[in-house]
Amino acid sequence: MAAPMANLEVLPRSVRLTLLLGLIALAVFPYMSGPYYTEMVTRMMIMAIFAMSLDLLQGVTGLVSLGHAAFFGIAGYTLAFLTPAVEPVSLWWTLPLAVLSSALAALVIGFFVVRTKGIYFIMVTMAFAQMIYYLFFDNKVLGGSDGLYINFRPDASLFGWLPFDLENRVTLYYATLVLLVGCYLFLRSLLWSPFGRALAAIRVNEHRMCAAGFNTFGYKLTAFTLAGAMAGFAGYFYGMQTGYANPELMGFHLSAHSIMMVILGGMGNFAGAIVGAFAFEYLLHLFKELPVIGGIDFGKHWQLWMGFFIVAVVMFAPRGLLGLMDRLGRGRGPRGERHE
Amino acid sequence: MNEVMMSASALTKRYGGLAAVSGVSVDLWHGAIHAVIGPNGAGKSTLTNLLSGDVSPTSGRIMLGGQDVTGWSPDRISRQRLGRSYQKTNIFAPFTVWENVRLASQSREPHFTSWFSDTRKNQPGFKTINERAERAIELAGLEERRNAIAGAASHGEQRQLEIAMTLATEPTVLLLDEPLAGMGVAEAARMVELLLKLKQDHAMLLVEHDMDAVFALADHLTVMVNGQVIAGGLPTQVRADAKVRAAYLGEES
Repeated sequence: MAAPMANLEVLPRSVRLTLLLGLIALAVFPYMSGPYYTEMVTRMMIMAIFAMSLDLLQGVTGLVSLGHAAFFGIAGYTLAFLTPAVEPVSLWWTLPLAVLSSALAALVIGFFVVRTKGIYFIMVTMAFAQMIYYLFFDNKVLGGSDGLYINFRPDASLFGWLPFDLENRVTLYYATLVLLVGCYLFLRSLLWSPFGRALAAIRVNEHRMCAAGFNTFGYKLTAFTLAGAMAGFAGYFYGMQTGYANPELMGFHLSAHSIMMVILGGMGNFAGAIVGAFAFEYLLHLFKELPVIGGIDFGKHWQLWMGFFIVAVVMFAPRGLLGLMDRLGRGRGPRGERHE
Repeated sequence: MNEVMMSASALTKRYGGLAAVSGVSVDLWHGAIHAVIGPNGAGKSTLTNLLSGDVSPTSGRIMLGGQDVTGWSPDRISRQRLGRSYQKTNIFAPFTVWENVRLASQSREPHFTSWFSDTRKNQPGFKTINERAERAIELAGLEERRNAIAGAASHGEQRQLEIAMTLATEPTVLLLDEPLAGMGVAEAARMVELLLKLKQDHAMLLVEHDMDAVFALADHLTVMVNGQVIAGGLPTQVRADAKVRAAYLGEES
């Protein structure tokens, strides 16, 4: 077996600078643009949180899950079930409960799936996610194929005092930004912690980890649960923003998209997942808006253009957009080798 | 004075009709090296894998530190203070030498929920882990190479790293599968010296093809052919054994 490639874990200065500029841009964005784009960027940030949660498994631990959307959807549905038709429900207990539901589902599913490796892991994660998808799709009580509406965004008031109003578009934007930054800082801290180092070492050589005395099952299950919980945060915010929860939230497409986001940005450092999610969502928007030329509706075939683009990235920038940035910043070859 | 740290009795591993290891018993004494020799395919590596839990025996019993560890998983056996090195170098290639050893040392304390401390910084919580890793690096003679990427180190250094990683888990029993494989003369001599030093406070099983090293190091010798023990005892006795000369030593010289 080929030696696993080293991840770009220590972010080069060029990348850190870009992230800082990006954060500043995000901080002022709602004042620079209209409601449409504010909502679009809110959605991008939610997807970035989701992609980062997958990166913990895919990039750091080397577990490629093709069913990660299940945990995204479960939190969205939890919010939908908890929100009455005629009034909002409190943020302060529904958010923890939604995240806990996702975490619990991840714990149970993880208990079975993290025993498998490689291609089998991909297959069983997909199988479990499809089971959950059809459970919701086929049951009218659970919303069926149409899903459920969330008529009111959660209420953030505490003992009669309202610190912020999530019904407000810009407030929701900033709440999402705070969550994004919080998740990123948490995951970066985790990456260098003893737990994170153990996960990275499991990706590189799980057999050696067992021989050294690590209970790798426990580490992988903890990571799977943690990733599920964080996907839950994203799913809750998605439900809150869009006002509905439907089976697509746990569908195969969203799972596949999140994998593409992580690959597109560059795996194993969480910054890549953010960049990948923004790039993916933006391209999705661009490709879908393509005009009809000579009777061919280019916009309708956005998946084709996205496919070409991903292939091009994998060929010319195998370490993703961040890897490309690192390479341009240092004058390195496509696989990170130095030219000296 | 000396005690048996690990003992395997009547170990058998069958793959279908083939018995890779058949009725093998070994005792590993504290402060002594038990060498296992035999031609290729004799079942030496399978025996090592049985003792470390990588392979579970078809029958037989394994005792380690007073516990019956038969059928235990490799990580659990490792935590019962057994360390092993591999015939084929088995390291974390993209990480630094230091990180390889530090990780091995970290294994002695579970860290499922330590998410907020930075292993790159010398935080007080990491004192035990880092000191243990430090000692292992020094013992293996890798102080100069701690910041090198393990995968880019020389073959000999990678063999030393294997030993350092094994030592960082503070085992009482060491299983070393061909630690001298592919080493130059000078490197091999250094390794023999290191193994002699380690012998003082470990029980050791040594699988090795280098007969000079084996006779320099071993206190007990087991000779395997086709999964079975054909001779065992003190190195001098084994050397004089006619069966061994015919089956193995004769071919070597």
